[in-house]
Amino acid sequence: MKVYADNAATTKISQTALDAMMPCFKEFYGNPSSLHSVGQDAFHAVRDARVQIANILNCSPDEIYFTSGGSESDNWAIKSTAELMAKKGKKHIISTKFEHHAVLHTLKYLERRGFEVTLLDVYENGIIRLDDLKNAIREDTALVTVMFANNEIGSVQPIREIGAICRERGVLFHTDAVQAVGHLPIDVEKDNIDMLSMSGHKFHGPKGVGALYCKKSIRLPNLIEGGAQERNRRAGTENVPAIVGMAAALKEANDNLEVNMKKLSEIRDHVIEGLLKIPYSRVNGDREQRLPGNVSMCFEGVEGESLLLYLDIVGIQASSGSACTSGSLDPSHVLLAIGLPHEVAHGSLRLSFCEENTIEEADYIIEQVPPIIERLRNMSPLWERLQKERGNA
Amino acid sequence: MEYSEKVMEHFVHPHNVGKIDDADGVGEVGNAKCGDIMKMYLKIKDGIITDVKFNTYGCASAIATSSMATDLIMGQPVSEALKLTNKAVVEALDGLPAVKIHCSVLAEQAIKAAVRDYYDRNGIVYDEAQFHFNEAHEHGVEE
Ligand SMILES: Cc1ncc(COP(=O)(O)O)c(C=O)c1O
Ligand code: FES
Repeated sequence: MKVYADNAATTKISQTALDAMMPCFKEFYGNPSSLHSVGQDAFHAVRDARVQIANILNCSPDEIYFTSGGSESDNWAIKSTAELMAKKGKKHIISTKFEHHAVLHTLKYLERRGFEVTLLDVYENGIIRLDDLKNAIREDTALVTVMFANNEIGSVQPIREIGAICRERGVLFHTDAVQAVGHLPIDVEKDNIDMLSMSGHKFHGPKGVGALYCKKSIRLPNLIEGGAQERNRRAGTENVPAIVGMAAALKEANDNLEVNMKKLSEIRDHVIEGLLKIPYSRVNGDREQRLPGNVSMCFEGVEGESLLLYLDIVGIQASSGSACTSGSLDPSHVLLAIGLPHEVAHGSLRLSFCEENTIEEADYIIEQVPPIIERLRNMSPLWERLQKERGNA
Repeated sequence: MEYSEKVMEHFVHPHNVGKIDDADGVGEVGNAKCGDIMKMYLKIKDGIITDVKFNTYGCASAIATSSMATDLIMGQPVSEALKLTNKAVVEALDGLPAVKIHCSVLAEQAIKAAVRDYYDRNGIVYDEAQFHFNEAHEHGVEE
């Protein structure tokens, strides 16, 4: 059996998205800035995609800026607001300890340029406390940026409440919703979001395309100088097929949102229950406030890279936050942020599902993982030591 | 990052996995915090390594280098095993990705630690310099 369970890393493009893209290569291949009919067809395709995405997020089409993906949207939103607010003497930014590197490294960049950054604790369940946020907001706070849902452990933040606090205190609120768009209901109006990053390849759209939603009242500084694309803010001929594919994929995901959420939660909970039977295993991240397709667990005494490579051999594709997979000394900052000791974090496994996965596949995973863990534990001096410490050996 | 076929072969079917209950020398290096621990068991008769087994907690490269290193010293005189370098193990595996070289250093150190244990147990005098560990293992070697 072949089970692709790494959908948080990226997804397979959907047939719907692919079908929507093909004419952009073959028929509407014109430049959207050209006045002739072939160009105008491309112009309309981009316009329609923008309207479609805006309708789903509940914003105006001219609040959507197309980008090359989640990383660009995060960089643009954060660096721009920082620049904008610094002029008003506001040089303090609030975020969390377990953001994606696209956010954390951008914040490091700003720190080197004189900004002060407060990273909120995410506690054991991977969710911030609203009181911490209230206490962290200062006179000179320029921006709050908190991810909608975490890419590794799947925990979902109380975005609407965070947004409400920011509104009340007059602070801009950006959310990296790369893992949430197409997977959770989002309404930028009701959720009090000023800026939102999204990426096409996380919901069966193409890679290398994304969008930034930015509320009209914010004067977003230009990202790329040049032509008049994206209302003069980001120059360059639009990636028409990718934009159209992303919109089609999002529409499909949104049309099936409830059904998919239900199905994925069932697969997720089934896998978690099955794998928790393995002794000395644990679930990372909140069990309730959680992405429907995310399973994140740790198994003591085993190392994640070996685990995921043995899984690949039996046809299961997953990921891990162990140090060995990152090629660095430390395991993932996300697992450390929720308080896991290094040696536990090294034994992490993330399985992320999409609606194409089935309960049969979940059963296959539940059948395949335990013998691999046992094999690795049998040759693990760490496991031997843990067993001795526990008096089990 | 990509592993050679040899590495995958030794990772999927590692040789000499296990423990030796009446080992003549045991060496353990690495630490749990860094995500890698290697433990080597040696059986030695008349200065020759007659059996060797390993237990490893770590990545595919750590498991593959343990496997290859045990193959390389099996049946060898102890003096030869001490000369085994991580470089030789890496070459025998047709190379390792740059970020994984430190895992092979661990294999070299584990063998040396096991030999030193054998020397200590038998009151054999040795030159400390032989066991001067290569600091290239970026994870550090403190136990
Ligand atoms: C939470 C989060 N933010 C940002 C990104 C970056 O998105 P992209 O790969 O489109 O640049 C990712 C994807 O890995 C993500 O999971
Ligand atoms: S044991 Fe950690 S990278 Fe090899």
